[in-house]
Amino acid sequence: MERRKFLMSGAALGCCAAASPLLTPVAFAAAPWDTRLVVIILRGAMDGLDVIQPYGDPALAGLRPSIGVGEAVNAIDLDGFFALHPALAPLHPLWQAGEMGAVHAVSTPYRDKRSHFDGQDILEAGLPDLNGGGLRDGWLNRLLQQSPGLEADVAYAIGRDQMLVLSGDAPAARWSPDARLNLSPHVRRLLEVVYHGDPLFQRASSDAIAIAEALASDAAIQAAAETEGMMDASPMMEGIGLSGDHVKLAEFAAGRLRGDTRIASFSISGWDTHDNQSSNIARALSRLSDTILTLRTGLGAAWGQTAVLCMTEFGRTARENGSRGTDHGTGGAMLFAGGAMRGGRVIRDWPGLGEGDLYAGRDLLPTRDIRAYAAWVMRAATGVSVAALEGGIFPDLEMGTDPRLLL
Amino acid sequence: MPFDPIIAEIRFGVGLSPSIAPPASVDDMMVRLRGPDESAARFVIPFWADATPSPRDFHDLSQIRRAARGTDREEEAQEQLRAMRDVARDQRAVDFGAQIARAVSTKDGLREWLTRFWADHFTVRSVSGTTRHLVAPYVEEAIRPHVAGRFSDMLRAVATHPMMLVFLDQHVSMGPNSRTAQRRNRGLNENLAREMLELHTLGVSGAYDQTDVRELAELLTGLSYSAQSGFTFSDAMAEPGPEVVLGQSYGGGEPRLDDVFAVLDDLAAHPDTARHIARKFAVHFVADDPPLGLVDALARAFGQSGGDLGVVTEALLRHPAAWACKKQKVKLPFGFVTSGARALDIDPDALAAMSYNEGRRAFLGHLAVMGQPWEMPFGPDGWPEDSAEWITAQGMAGRITWAMTAPARLRDDLPDPREFVYTALGPDADPAVAFAAQAAEDRVSGVGLVLASADFQRR
Repeated sequence: MERRKFLMSGAALGCCAAASPLLTPVAFAAAPWDTRLVVIILRGAMDGLDVIQPYGDPALAGLRPSIGVGEAVNAIDLDGFFALHPALAPLHPLWQAGEMGAVHAVSTPYRDKRSHFDGQDILEAGLPDLNGGGLRDGWLNRLLQQSPGLEADVAYAIGRDQMLVLSGDAPAARWSPDARLNLSPHVRRLLEVVYHGDPLFQRASSDAIAIAEALASDAAIQAAAETEGMMDASPMMEGIGLSGDHVKLAEFAAGRLRGDTRIASFSISGWDTHDNQSSNIARALSRLSDTILTLRTGLGAAWGQTAVLCMTEFGRTARENGSRGTDHGTGGAMLFAGGAMRGGRVIRDWPGLGEGDLYAGRDLLPTRDIRAYAAWVMRAATGVSVAALEGGIFPDLEMGTDPRLLL
Repeated sequence: MPFDPIIAEIRFGVGLSPSIAPPASVDDMMVRLRGPDESAARFVIPFWADATPSPRDFHDLSQIRRAARGTDREEEAQEQLRAMRDVARDQRAVDFGAQIARAVSTKDGLREWLTRFWADHFTVRSVSGTTRHLVAPYVEEAIRPHVAGRFSDMLRAVATHPMMLVFLDQHVSMGPNSRTAQRRNRGLNENLAREMLELHTLGVSGAYDQTDVRELAELLTGLSYSAQSGFTFSDAMAEPGPEVVLGQSYGGGEPRLDDVFAVLDDLAAHPDTARHIARKFAVHFVADDPPLGLVDALARAFGQSGGDLGVVTEALLRHPAAWACKKQKVKLPFGFVTSGARALDIDPDALAAMSYNEGRRAFLGHLAVMGQPWEMPFGPDGWPEDSAEWITAQGMAGRITWAMTAPARLRDDLPDPREFVYTALGPDADPAVAFAAQAAEDRVSGVGLVLASADFQRR
């Protein structure tokens, strides 16, 4: 309801777009590739060992006596070794259809201090560490920088969180579906005057107005209305009452991605399960599950060309802590989904959870850099070269062999 | 550049006001800060311990409802619980109104700024619907009395405070070998220990490692809280035996709260803490990338004074870099809307009397769109400092929308925009803003343009 109102108020702006002094008439290009790439940052450190449970590892059950694993908690067997957390049951049909999978025992190169904030910075900056300083752009933005002259709406950062992963010199659009802006053309011209000479403000406000106007165009209103219609009609959505900000974000992303947008990024938080993990992680997983189902339904035919990566800053301790939760760890899992993905499998080089196998005696040992998977997905989706990926986009990364995540 | 009254009010206060004179000197600012807290006396926010409904009130009523389940008294108990939630929600609105009213009416803006800075440094978030109205009382009790006092006193107040213990899971952490853990098969939770080192004291680049986190977590066990009995030090939950944090051994005998205080005092006095606080202070008040000399001076003041925050504040105000003409920082949304209300000379008593819905329409809803949902920061690191995090398309849409719509809601006789430029920005207002204000078609958009301008958004 709220969103419809927002689009209505935006509609009043549409006719004025041509007169706006803030819209610079520059020719921008659409993206030269078709694959839709969605990167969801799971803020707070998702416990990969609980989400994709290696219940075939003899050590796991002993590490998690009260959180529980496998059949005891109704986890769904995937391949005899791994089982899916029951809160992701709505996604199991996607897994069986090969539209969802996971990569396990992975992490960024970040080690030891286990700070959320540094961990997320490293994940989104795509760097081996934070020692260089100064480099404040994200790897998705550096991907965009490989194709100069793209329209800003090729890539969308969605929601209220700052998405470092998409920030940088290449233009990217950014919007949260519930911001409203309604100004007369005269005021818009004067705003340009009061931001003159302050580039930070100038850039942000002209984006704010330009995006509001783009949303007011007929195409955008229609796209949003269509998404709503598709939600109502989809059999997968039957009986699932989806609501909440994460669903709005996913609906918005789907609407843009059905059009010219090729990259969308947003975050889902609630993963910092220090206590009572069983119920806390189930809530976060339900949000993730709703989000992916909304994307799938909203994208319609474009789902077949979509790759969704769900990444987190690090994993959590293998051993549960004293309050039925887990503390900050190292290795974890990345989930992926999309009609363009080769899912139905858990890709891993399993290090084991036994005595002596754990990193620093406490965490799942990462056996591969999570950036390698993101790099190979971008390579297959956009055709960007290995040299560009290993050089500028992910500095100091060795991509290794292709895990062939895309069909 | 020496002291300047306009900069003092904009950068180290809560903004210019048409009816309140800015401070005359650094001495003047410090005298006010070290004097009585007049704003707190005029617009009262209760201490946490006195705030109602209390966690205990909610607890007791829930017990009554549980006992009445299945009986004909169940509906009545349910209704009482709903009513209590409404009272809590209204109390949160009253406390929010008091904070706005203080900012609009104070002659001691520095105290308001410092309170917000330290509340953010020791961020807590309510983890349940029944404590949402208790965040402001936490700040009133654990933070505000210490903003010109000793850092170690603030650290003690925070580290033993129910809001922090619950927010960072300390109340459920128990020593693996403690009596309670043995009996109940529970154990340690590192959350508070880690954030205390990373965020509250040494900083993430400080000289600590995972072992220190672990040992500190073991030492902090015993800090406990429950709705029925409030804060307690529970020796049944405390890990027996000594713990070694940063090379220093603590405890070893009967577990005592004093062992915890000892490590807190040592963390407060650590040189890495001085450095971390100094840098954060300089970043918050002066520039995202502050001059190194300023950081050094603040760290020295912190170290030499034994962490006296009044001395650190005065060192900031005595440093030439504090008075640079260029406004390098962007106001956070709360600072933006309060300085806007102050420039508009809104009646503080009317602000203090806002209902929940009035507060939401005039301020709270807007703050969320601007990226600062009130008292709900995303994590224990509080709100971001970097200007670019705030001045985004989304954030600007929210700021412009507030500037264009809220003033007319708060006052039906808006000032003349041509004069308002100088009320809000001082005599050296950006000429471009003065031009836009006189070129506006109406008062609403003229005033809105001044408030939305980069010159007003910066400090």
